[in-house]
Amino acid sequence: MSQLNKQSTIVTALISIFLGIVVGAIAMQLAGYNAITAYQALFQGSLFQAFDLGETIRTTTPLILAGLSVAIAFRTGLFNIGVEGQMIIAQLSALIVGIKLNLPPGLHAIVAVLVGGIAGALWAFLPGFLKAVRGVHEVIICIMMNFIALYLSNVLIRNWLTESGADSTPKISPNASLRVDFLSEMFDHSRIHLGIVIALLMAFVMYYLLWRTKLGYELRAVGYNPYAAEYAGMNVKRNIIVSMLISGFFAGLAGAGEVLGTHGYIAIQSAFTGIGFDGIAVALLGANTPIGVIFSALLFGVLTYGSQNMEHMAQVPPELIRVVVAAIIFFVAANISGKLLDVVKTKRRAKES
Amino acid sequence: MIDILTNILQTTVLYATPLILAAMGGLFSERSGVVNIGLEGLMTIGAFTAAVTTINTGSPWIGVLAAILAGIVLALPHAIASITFKADQVVSGVAINFLALGLSVYLVKYLYNSGQTPTVQKKIEALSIPGLSEIPVLGPSLFKATAFTYIAIAIVIISYIILYKTTFGMRLRAVGEHPHAAETAGVSVIQLRYIAVLISGALAAIGGACLSISIGSEFNQGTVAGQGFIALAALIFGKWKPFGTLGAATFFGFAVALSLMGQLIGLVKYVPSEVLSMAPYILTILALAGFVGRAVSPAALGKPYEKGSR
Repeated sequence: MSQLNKQSTIVTALISIFLGIVVGAIAMQLAGYNAITAYQALFQGSLFQAFDLGETIRTTTPLILAGLSVAIAFRTGLFNIGVEGQMIIAQLSALIVGIKLNLPPGLHAIVAVLVGGIAGALWAFLPGFLKAVRGVHEVIICIMMNFIALYLSNVLIRNWLTESGADSTPKISPNASLRVDFLSEMFDHSRIHLGIVIALLMAFVMYYLLWRTKLGYELRAVGYNPYAAEYAGMNVKRNIIVSMLISGFFAGLAGAGEVLGTHGYIAIQSAFTGIGFDGIAVALLGANTPIGVIFSALLFGVLTYGSQNMEHMAQVPPELIRVVVAAIIFFVAANISGKLLDVVKTKRRAKES
Repeated sequence: MIDILTNILQTTVLYATPLILAAMGGLFSERSGVVNIGLEGLMTIGAFTAAVTTINTGSPWIGVLAAILAGIVLALPHAIASITFKADQVVSGVAINFLALGLSVYLVKYLYNSGQTPTVQKKIEALSIPGLSEIPVLGPSLFKATAFTYIAIAIVIISYIILYKTTFGMRLRAVGEHPHAAETAGVSVIQLRYIAVLISGALAAIGGACLSISIGSEFNQGTVAGQGFIALAALIFGKWKPFGTLGAATFFGFAVALSLMGQLIGLVKYVPSEVLSMAPYILTILALAGFVGRAVSPAALGKPYEKGSR
């Protein structure tokens, strides 16, 4: 039975991706672009050369962590739409460690990454706490916390972390950087960094935690049915808070990776990066499983990074990719493919009988 | 001093208007039991459509009509996914936001080869009501506003009457609280929820139009910039009630006015403008946490309706 479920989940995902790509192709053809050339450019520009592959992996890295963050909360029946804010706060905290502390190479990076993760977890505490204790919907608190994070980060950067007049911070100490020579050289000096290792490690951590520990069992039980979990003697409130803390920790690592690996500094932001929102799509498409999240993050990484080449080679605005992603979310959420399969099955059964 | 006060009030009303419109949209959807996180996207498509149509037809009113239509069309997939296919309503709303921003920026780049539309020449301008607009302080803000503001206030009053004084409104509320009881009484839950979600698309789109052809004069990817989420917060802060929502949206408008005016009147010397921008969100959290009066959502909010289940 579980084998069957797994198969149908993968089939659902693949059909949804296919339908999403078709929607994108239609949107391109209607506007007079050549969809085949565009998709070719997209895949060639993201996978075929060492540099581009490195950049694709770099783009994928925070998507994996954001996806894991959303997925683990989903497993406990929570919707963490606050990844965006948790990432911002984590970025800021990791950056502060990266520029204000003076530690030996390696250790500095580890401390900065951990501080980022913890900052993300703390930012996720309030939505979890209010959900557990006062029954307030976590989605609304998360949205509010996103905006507070954005403005808080900006006010701190403007008043404390920049020279007057500048709108970006100084660079972090090289000791805190997640970039390593052998990776950069392997991928032709792209911005790939050790964040990818952290991301894959966290995917394993999520798997182990959820399916091999008592805590994970409780988190999933609360997600399935909080009343039954409570009746079985589990502390539902505590599990809700713990789930949000872990979710925020993953989000925090995503933010830390961005500042310590990809950019090295942060600038005053007028809007969200969107990585946190992408995480929702990644988790959904990956059926909230660690391995599924890795693959769907890779797909979104390819789409996002490859869209630049698509614009370059086929003149298609990269925003088209947002349309494709939206379509994929709709198809997965509404389980269109499942309903199609059902129709096929009943027809077949009708024929057989 | 009087000038500053007048100015702040005027700015408050100006920025509250799109929030009121979108939040009223959210009100219909959520009172029928369908979460609408897609307000942001519905505003975006409204802002885009209004700007492009106004530029091409030269008439902002045709722009508004086109925006309403676009809002309804974009709300339809949300309705289909969350009502017919019983998808997670929050996820479906997130998809609406992705779709709207992606599609509108894609089309702007396709149409104009640039990240923003050209400037809208014929906007919906302020309309002063003779006599009343001469009242000191209140006059300029309430009676020298744009048509959008008058429409927004009218919609609040009409929404109140529809929700509390008509059979349709009573049924809509019943569907949002106890869908099964409503169905037993002969009300079609599915049909009412569809109507409610489509109304929310129309109203949110008018709010978006207000941003691109009245407050602003173009559309780009930063035109809406989170105001749909603020409208959602206003709806919750206003406890899902028309006049409560009006008050909350006005308050949020006031916060925007303060952070804008803060720079003009030197308030930023003491309080950074970001802190003023943060205030509405912090207050919403406090409100939800129960410090400023508990907000209780419609009982069936977010739950797909399954016939025959309990």
